[in-house]
Amino acid sequence: MNARDPENSRPAGRGRLRGAPALAGGLAVVFCLLGSIRPVPAADPEPSAQDDATAEDLRRRVDELERAIAELQEELRRLPGQGQQAAPAPAPVTLVSSASGKNYLNLSLDALVAAGASTEPDVEGLETGGHDPAQRGFTLQNVEVVFDGAVDPYFRAQANVAMQITPEGETNVELEEAFALSSSLPHSLQLKVGQYLTEFGRFNPTHPHTWDFLDQTLVNGRMFGPDGLRSVGARLSWLMPTPFYSEAFLSVQNAYGATLTSFGSAPGESPFGRPIEERQVGSLDDLLYTPRYAASFDVTDSQTVLGGVSAAIGPNGTGADGRTTIYGADAFWKWKPSTANKGFPFVKVQGEWMTRSYGATATLALPAQTYRDHGAYLQAVWGFRPMWTVGARYDTVGGDTGVDPADPAAESRRRVSADLTWFPTEYSKIRFQYSLDRRSVSEDAHSAWVQFEFLLGAHAAHKF
Amino acid sequence: MRQRSAWTVSLLLAASGQAHAALRVVATTPEYGSLATTIGGARVSVTTLAKPTEDPHFVDAKPSHIVTLNRADILIEGGADLEVGWLPPLLEGARNPRIQPGTPGHVRASEGVPLLDVPQSLDRSQGDLHAAGNPHFMMDPANAAIVARHVAAALCGSDADGCASYKENLAGFERTLDEKTKSWSAKLGPYRGTKIVTYHNTWKYFAARFGLETGVFLEPKPGIPPSPPHLANVIDTMQKDRIRVILVEPFQSRKTAEMVAEHTGARIVEVCQFPGGLGGGDADYVSLMDTVVERIARALAGP
Repeated sequence: MNARDPENSRPAGRGRLRGAPALAGGLAVVFCLLGSIRPVPAADPEPSAQDDATAEDLRRRVDELERAIAELQEELRRLPGQGQQAAPAPAPVTLVSSASGKNYLNLSLDALVAAGASTEPDVEGLETGGHDPAQRGFTLQNVEVVFDGAVDPYFRAQANVAMQITPEGETNVELEEAFALSSSLPHSLQLKVGQYLTEFGRFNPTHPHTWDFLDQTLVNGRMFGPDGLRSVGARLSWLMPTPFYSEAFLSVQNAYGATLTSFGSAPGESPFGRPIEERQVGSLDDLLYTPRYAASFDVTDSQTVLGGVSAAIGPNGTGADGRTTIYGADAFWKWKPSTANKGFPFVKVQGEWMTRSYGATATLALPAQTYRDHGAYLQAVWGFRPMWTVGARYDTVGGDTGVDPADPAAESRRRVSADLTWFPTEYSKIRFQYSLDRRSVSEDAHSAWVQFEFLLGAHAAHKF
Repeated sequence: MRQRSAWTVSLLLAASGQAHAALRVVATTPEYGSLATTIGGARVSVTTLAKPTEDPHFVDAKPSHIVTLNRADILIEGGADLEVGWLPPLLEGARNPRIQPGTPGHVRASEGVPLLDVPQSLDRSQGDLHAAGNPHFMMDPANAAIVARHVAAALCGSDADGCASYKENLAGFERTLDEKTKSWSAKLGPYRGTKIVTYHNTWKYFAARFGLETGVFLEPKPGIPPSPPHLANVIDTMQKDRIRVILVEPFQSRKTAEMVAEHTGARIVEVCQFPGGLGGGDADYVSLMDTVVERIARALAGP
């Protein structure tokens, strides 16, 4: 009944008493005393006045002893060699737990499975994302293993390894991200180095399990391909000394490869019907530059807005003079009352717009030409009761079509989607989604999917 | 040129202003903020991230919190995983070397606090367990005293000039806690051994201190919302054990508690772990405890 049962208490520094025999002895005596004078049992139905007095006296003595223990603990902590952090009782070394700071490496595994059907038989053509449903029936969208932890006092690091099973039954493994992030640079600067999802807009830097819908937005698919804009490079950001949140980012990354649709791309791809040639970095012009600025305000105690503008500028794969520029703007608004239970209810609205200018170099068969297109999405999600959300999303893409006006990869599309999600806990979810897709070249498509997610291990905290 | 000198002047002003400015203390939840105000007095300016009425497990990692943490001299967090769902990305965004984990400016309140309910094994089929133990330890005033000592030590570490005043305030706070603990114990003394129902396992330390018994929760497992079969069991247990009181916090579902109360005739007591959460008479830690003890004692006394 008392909070200080010896079995339950875990004094700081226990197991590290070598340097302090006297204190250790003192602590032992205190524990023995504490063990011998427990307060009267709580269940005593009608305590007499005398019992009360005895109990009160005992309680006072226990309190005194507690204070003595606390002082001894303090003293122990101050001994040479004892760090600021209390050393917990020796425990088996575990790599994985949700206890922050208790392990060197947090490990988690997140799986997304989708099932459903579409009136469009070519689901892979309909859904633009590499982790979207890929066929009628079942799709293992994504199994993602995340490692993260502090490297040392100066860096934190994270790696995301994603696996999926293709409609052909093959297992694909890709290293989505592996980066280190500085924690102690001066002047509110922060450096990110490695392979990472480029901080362009709001959707691109996120992983599928955090999405509000079970597929990626059309505009992100059109501009950044099936796997998002990501590459190896470095990013510096500056949290500006303004009274509100205001942060400027500049990312510099390699511009060539399969995850750089719109830019270097990979041979075999043909954006706007233009062939891609193999290129390598020759000068600073051959890198991808992504500046971004974001700002946020708390409109009221329960409402926050966050907005940003981004640009991605780099070479494309059509030839030596091929350059691509993409501009984007994004906005996010969230309402959550100050008595929210488990984070519910809430309403959040998010929108993003992008425009692209793709300058293709002349080839023997094709003249030099600049293609312009654009896209946007707007979505709203309402957490109407604890662990339940409904959402609606509108997607649009359009603009120049490329060499072949009938190329379905460049057709204009409008899509509306609605979904209903139930989260049994923060570690699992079941989502139902319906989409209607209107396309300028292909036929209209109705699709209905159900998605299931489960997460094992450490749950990464959610960013805003 | 003129513009540049104006800039220089304002920069100098800003710099000199900073030298004399109050120590910026950020607390994750309001009870730590209250302790920092009590001990720091006029020498500190205290900001609290979580609202007192909000579920402390699910605070939004708002960008404004990043700014607050970026400029903090001292951060006080529970250190027992209560904030694990939102503090890490804030600290990462804040990039403030003064308050990174392991630095003297990063106070882990739970250090040296004997935590209860430390799970033997981590298994989420048992609900959302906190690996480090039950993080709601501040409802025992003896633990508040331990945390107050951490706070005073951290303030002294960052502001040696104010150390004497911090120590004096700490001693005053400890005296108040001692006296108050006696009067709280006296108020709840007649109900020693009485069982109470709580929504979440938040009141374990409070109950242990003042001789009440918890163990019946409206949640079937930690973090799992109440289900009808579980509530039926709770109602059964309450009738069998004659449990007369249900504690509910501002963010928890009062409707669920009302349903159970209807079937059992129990009283619902609105309580809160955080100063300011009860909307009056609970501005700081001690007055919050006063109010909570008073309300629970009144409910236990019956009509």
